[in-house]
Amino acid sequence: MLAGRTSLSAADRDLDRFRFRVALSGVVVVLAFALLIARFVHLQVVQHDYYSTRAEDNRISLVPIVPNRGVIVDRNGTVLARNYSAFTLEITPSLVDDLEATIDGLSRVIEILPKDRKRFRRLLEESKTFESLPIRTRLSEEEVARFAANRYLFPGVEVKARLFRQYPLGPIASHAIGYIGRINKRDLEMIEENDEAANYKGTDHIGKTGIEQYYEFDLHGETGYEQVETDAGGRAVRSLARTAPVQGNDLALTLDSRLQEMAEKAFGDRRGALVAIEPSTGGILALVSTPTFDPNLFVDGIRSDDWDLLNNSPDRPLLNRALNGAYPPGSTFKPFMALAGLETGKRTPGQAIADPGYFNFGGHQFRDDKKGGHGLVDMHKSIVQSCDTYYYMLANEMGIESIARFMEKLGFGQRTGIDIQGESEGVLPSPEWKKRRFRRPEQQKWFAGETVSIGIGQGYNSYTPIQLAQATATVANNGIMYRPHLVKYITDSRTGQKTMIEPEPLRILPWKRQNVDVIKKAMIGVNLAGTAAKAFAGASYVSAGKTGTAQVFSLKGAEYRHSSVRKELRDHALFIAFAPVDQPRIALAVLVENGGFGAQSAAPIARMVFDYYLLGKLPKGAAEESDVEED
Amino acid sequence: MLQALLLRLRLRLVAHVDGPLLLVTCLIMGVGLVTVYSATYDASNRTLAQAMNMAIGLVAMWAVAQVPPQKLMRFGVPLYAIGVVLLILVFLFGVKVNGARRWLSLGFTRIQPSEILKVAVPLMLAWYFHKNEATLKFRHYVIASLLLLVPFALIAKQPDLGTAILVGAAGFYVIFFAGLPWRVILGLAVVAAGAVPFVWTMLRDYQRKRILTLVDPTSDPLGAGYHIIQSTIAIGSGGSFGKGWLAGTQTHLEFIPERHTDFIFAVFSEERGLFGNVILLLLYFALIVRGLIIAANASTLFARVIAGSVTLSLFTYVFVNMGMVSGILPVVGVPLPFMSYGGTALVTLSIGIGILMSVQTHRMLVRQ
Repeated sequence: MLAGRTSLSAADRDLDRFRFRVALSGVVVVLAFALLIARFVHLQVVQHDYYSTRAEDNRISLVPIVPNRGVIVDRNGTVLARNYSAFTLEITPSLVDDLEATIDGLSRVIEILPKDRKRFRRLLEESKTFESLPIRTRLSEEEVARFAANRYLFPGVEVKARLFRQYPLGPIASHAIGYIGRINKRDLEMIEENDEAANYKGTDHIGKTGIEQYYEFDLHGETGYEQVETDAGGRAVRSLARTAPVQGNDLALTLDSRLQEMAEKAFGDRRGALVAIEPSTGGILALVSTPTFDPNLFVDGIRSDDWDLLNNSPDRPLLNRALNGAYPPGSTFKPFMALAGLETGKRTPGQAIADPGYFNFGGHQFRDDKKGGHGLVDMHKSIVQSCDTYYYMLANEMGIESIARFMEKLGFGQRTGIDIQGESEGVLPSPEWKKRRFRRPEQQKWFAGETVSIGIGQGYNSYTPIQLAQATATVANNGIMYRPHLVKYITDSRTGQKTMIEPEPLRILPWKRQNVDVIKKAMIGVNLAGTAAKAFAGASYVSAGKTGTAQVFSLKGAEYRHSSVRKELRDHALFIAFAPVDQPRIALAVLVENGGFGAQSAAPIARMVFDYYLLGKLPKGAAEESDVEED
Repeated sequence: MLQALLLRLRLRLVAHVDGPLLLVTCLIMGVGLVTVYSATYDASNRTLAQAMNMAIGLVAMWAVAQVPPQKLMRFGVPLYAIGVVLLILVFLFGVKVNGARRWLSLGFTRIQPSEILKVAVPLMLAWYFHKNEATLKFRHYVIASLLLLVPFALIAKQPDLGTAILVGAAGFYVIFFAGLPWRVILGLAVVAAGAVPFVWTMLRDYQRKRILTLVDPTSDPLGAGYHIIQSTIAIGSGGSFGKGWLAGTQTHLEFIPERHTDFIFAVFSEERGLFGNVILLLLYFALIVRGLIIAANASTLFARVIAGSVTLSLFTYVFVNMGMVSGILPVVGVPLPFMSYGGTALVTLSIGIGILMSVQTHRMLVRQ
């Protein structure tokens, strides 16, 4: 009985203990669920906004839509730079584990040449992070289809339709038009400085030189955006909203591409530069620098062998000689010197000197080209026959300060402000310039003897061809100087409205008209009966010019003989001219590097340019060729 | 005559079914089916397949409910023995998938023996305690622990941490409800705490990573932390009332991994919000409370401990799953009961509910 009772109570105790543990479990369950609910409240109420944003960020990505770059045409509407669309095969390196293996795999599907790999590696080195880089450009339809079939094998690789820049005329006017290339670090900094970073999302090309660079922000346009819903794999599921891009503005140049082409051909394989300006506006008609290069090579990343060829050539085709080459003007400086003499009152037109063929100064003899001299020389004759002695004396009498003051107003030794970046200043010699230029005190001093050779455009004189052309245009224009420019008008892509680039008078030089006329008359004489008479024989318009020969190095008294001097040491040939004289439509400066006498190699080029521009006449032998090129 | 036959059939059908358990289970299954639809309709819709799984589960539940507890008890030893033998075979000849040896190839199909142990271990242990009820000594707890440790170790070794935890928990609950003294429980807790550094060195790299990413998911946002980050974003962005059915962006843009299986709660939570979560938790709570009541009222030791163990196992599933999906527990492979897609877990859990029904509905008969 007792035992039974205790055993019963033991069973009861066991049941009680069990039920206690069940109840305890219930409490634990309640606490655990309370913990879960607390967590849910924290996530779904307290931090709801944060996680909503995270979910939206997950879901929506902004895809920039790159605008079409503006088109560049010449003054007649001939297209100089345009876009075409092509498929490229692109790799996003950040999404690919083993680049080499991926490229090897791709090469089994699509032809990938060693040069493509080389270029890709170059792009990889200079690229922004996370962007996709082309391994192959200009895929054929068949290649696109072949890749699409194998796409799943290549995560991080895709085919993109992209717009490419194309320069239909190839090497013609490449120094003026410039080219675009992939955005590098320096470009990025420039974009950020200009607060354009947002507008360049998705853009990977930018103007590197020439018009393409100077008018970058006009040509670029406004980037559009598409709000795209993307899944976890980054694939776009659907488009939510779209802001269309605004195409870049089109540019029309003052340049005449046919004139340009003709002028470039006229140089043949000679190095040199030609700048032709419309004097009444400052519009550039032709901007030649030879040899040229094909800007198309740069568009999708230049191949290294092409680059080496361009960069290491002794002819330096990438150098824009018209803006960055600085040369002594030689005798083309004389008309400006003569005008300075008249304007400063140091000379009258009729005042004549007796030229013995040399000028002695400070124990040194400055010699004239012509042995025995030109005899009695007045201003007209001094220009027509290019008498050195006249200008040795004039320079000596005027003094360097006075010469520099006058020439500075003509734009010598300053940037002209043409709409291409990186123009050189050249050197307008003056005592101040010398002080700046040299360090040692004995070098800083200006010697009066140095002034003498300045008068014939030698010595420290060093100007860019465009400065020479601008000064020539200013004389042709009776002292009204315009800023040279290449763009005639900009067409707003939205409104179609054309904004003309108004001629911008830089200075109006208060020259006496009769003084200018003396110079012009003398320059007419040069082309009629003077040093350029042969080149301009039979011209049906009245032109004015001046030949020049710039010494590359001093022969120290020995006689200069063209044929006996090594080519790169031969004199540079120069010629400045404008026509028609009473209503000048074109003014130019021509430079042929190591071309010898200006009359021989530079003046005939000017004649061809004038004949073509004023009369529409093509040089002999060029007509058929040009027609073929036209199509 | 026919009418009488139909009536008898109806009686027979409902005889051993517990109404509340069936109702709540079916409610959760309904919610689960709708959620599986949302989680899979973009790609390959699994709704019909899951409905089939549920039907099979319900049949299994009904069948088990018909078996009285004293007969259920008899399955303990053979099931346990078969399970352990199969686990040893897996250990020796198992098929390796994703670095884990969990499967046994039968030629035509593959089976995962660890699933059997989820039922076999509590049955075995409950039978063991029931058999020794009168003379329960400390050594019985030791032997029971060893019986638990063998399959636990074999499963953990595969490795399959999720199943090991569930099997271990089910076995531990049996031992706990059988009256394991508190001082032993306390002692075990102290030993476990002391063993943490030791266990840490035994964990696989990916297991360690999962635990580390729990502390700071952003430390490896594209690797181990990705699951947790994306599921917490899904839950958090769901807000109070959710984004609506089929409107969860995290779900439908495929940001949630395993979204129709282990992470289905993230889908539910994104589309139904806090309100839905609370309702779902209440349903599970109802199931658990009903289970605990059944356990408390059970008439034999076997019935008590098996009902208690099944109920707390269910709780463990829910807590571990929701805890991992919401980022407060490490990621282990534990499905959400009656919600996650997959036939095996569904049948196992249905059998558990069936056991509860059996315990509840055969009680009176035993008393008589």
